[in-house]
Amino acid sequence: MDSFFSVLDATIRVATPLVLAALAGLFSERSGIVDLALEGKMLAAAFAAACVAYMMQSPWAGLAAGMAAGVMVALLHGIVSIGYNGNQLISGVALNMMVSGLTPVLALAWFQQGGRTPTLDDAARFRSIELPFADTIAASAPLKALFGHNILVYLAVLVIVVVSWVVYKSRFGLRLRAAGENPHAADAAGINVKLVRYLAQVISGALCGVAGAYLVLAQTGAFIQDMTAGKGYLALAALIFGKWRPWAAVSGCLLFAFTDAIQIRLQGSELPLIGSIPDAFIQAIPYVLTVVLLAGFMGRAVAPKAIGVPFVKSR
Amino acid sequence: MSQPSNLPRWATLWLMPALNLFAALLVSGLVITLIGEDPVECLQLMINGAFGYPEGIGYTLFYTTSFIFTGLAVAAAFHAGLFNIGGEGQMYLAGLGVTLVCLGLDFLPGWVVIPLALLASMMFGAAWAFIPGYLQAKRGSHIVVTTIMFNFIASALMTWLLVDKLIMPGSQTPATRLFAESAWIPMLHELAANLGVELPQTPLNATFFLALISLVVFYLMVWRSRWGYTLRTVGLNEKAARYAGMPVSKVIIVAMCFSGALAGLAAVNELLGSTHRMNLAFTNGIGFVGIAVALMGRNHPFGILLSALLFGALTQGGLDLSFEKPAITHEMIILTQGLIILFCGALENLFQTPLALAFKQMTKR
Repeated sequence: MDSFFSVLDATIRVATPLVLAALAGLFSERSGIVDLALEGKMLAAAFAAACVAYMMQSPWAGLAAGMAAGVMVALLHGIVSIGYNGNQLISGVALNMMVSGLTPVLALAWFQQGGRTPTLDDAARFRSIELPFADTIAASAPLKALFGHNILVYLAVLVIVVVSWVVYKSRFGLRLRAAGENPHAADAAGINVKLVRYLAQVISGALCGVAGAYLVLAQTGAFIQDMTAGKGYLALAALIFGKWRPWAAVSGCLLFAFTDAIQIRLQGSELPLIGSIPDAFIQAIPYVLTVVLLAGFMGRAVAPKAIGVPFVKSR
Repeated sequence: MSQPSNLPRWATLWLMPALNLFAALLVSGLVITLIGEDPVECLQLMINGAFGYPEGIGYTLFYTTSFIFTGLAVAAAFHAGLFNIGGEGQMYLAGLGVTLVCLGLDFLPGWVVIPLALLASMMFGAAWAFIPGYLQAKRGSHIVVTTIMFNFIASALMTWLLVDKLIMPGSQTPATRLFAESAWIPMLHELAANLGVELPQTPLNATFFLALISLVVFYLMVWRSRWGYTLRTVGLNEKAARYAGMPVSKVIIVAMCFSGALAGLAAVNELLGSTHRMNLAFTNGIGFVGIAVALMGRNHPFGILLSALLFGALTQGGLDLSFEKPAITHEMIILTQGLIILFCGALENLFQTPLALAFKQMTKR
């Protein structure tokens, strides 16, 4: 039973940045903008969070910087794809490459540690929150799995609730979905489609910012070159897996995080009937599942209708 | 993708890409200034590193060779209206084809092994591109997402194969054994030595000529053949193509296989031309550079030749530069590549309106 809870514990840790990034992608894609730039937004945020948290010795300052960096990359994506009606796919690929190149160059120039940032002290990181009976919690696996996390994990849970309310119940959510499904009808109804799409980018950047900051401030404690390692694309896969719906996307993230958590457990161990499974196969599960789902073999994943099409106001 | 333009043809073909490239280099220059180096000096060092001495030129052309293949691969899919981001994975799998042929058959003479390896590279690359192509054509799954997923799947698969299966027995590093010399594609300096000309030792090899031939074949196939006509029609207007009775699904699938086969040939240049064994992640981003090469070259073989040369020079010049200036690492080149993709691909019309205005002013006078 203890091993179940330690897998649950690991799943929650791994899932948190995925959930945040997938919800970020949800805003962007529901507004009609393809978001391959999730990876770049997260990586930029991780770098900014590491630098500022190190200089200010405060995780909150790092978080704010991460969000600001995420929003900056998102706005670039917005200017290219909304302002100039550029190709959103190409813009995403380009931004990811730019951030992946720029961050180690700046890290080397500023800290001279071979493309990474100095390791943060405890004071500059998010630690597990202090609760009464901390010792009891640390000693018990089930309690630790539920209550032993840092503040960002609980923040992410709150974000899920807020996002699903905003997307389905609020005025902005309706406009968001209209902009992504039928922008011309939305425009005729008096909605400023470009503004809605820009706002969606800002939200997407901020959420990716938290996700990227989490990687540094709650996990590694330093920026490492290309540390997102495909998490942005994995979040995108989870979003598609969840058919562009918040709760389903979150389940996708949990599933992918779970495969990651058990992969570490299963390393080298023999399973009954199957024998040992190579790590690589478990690593590939999320990607294979996404392909299978997209191919329509497990229900149909239908993207927002106007996704990827620049909105040009009809005259 | 591009809007009808009221600019003269030469301006669309030459001036706009040049301006976009200049903008990308300008931003790179700003970053170089920001980290306290002199961009003009860096540019000089890079040009000198890429073209200033015979060895540099050899390396530049070696990198150019791979970029021609991956650039053509991206362009082939673009002409069918598909964005193939999977060049990296297709090249990786093609490397598996080459490796299997070499590990199994390299006791045979070169004139048997090398053509077989070439064939295997194209078939493996095409097969890895076939699945996303098939899923796009028949099941409507978006090619961009599937090819991204296939890159990750390829990477997981190849890591497993290299670490567990293909690794040289007794070795710790995940790499295969060295292929027998019969399977090595002759280096240019060896060929030149046979003719009595002395060239410096570089990995530039006979695959370079294959790349040049591929450019011509690509041109003939896409612009001078019936198949190319259907390909471009599907790319420009799928509905019209379907209405005209063209087999759209088939065209999409064949275009992806064509694209994957081209990406696969890049693996030949790397494995049979230079390293002579397969290493983990030998593709090293070459598939992604193909996107930049195709966009910059406007999907035309001549443009691709020039932009592959530019990216070859950036890679080689960048390596030389990083010896001189330790602050400017290989990542600076990745940043520049990203900027070029942004300006030449996504912001390709950035300068169109100002240019159109300028031309109007000039013609008025």
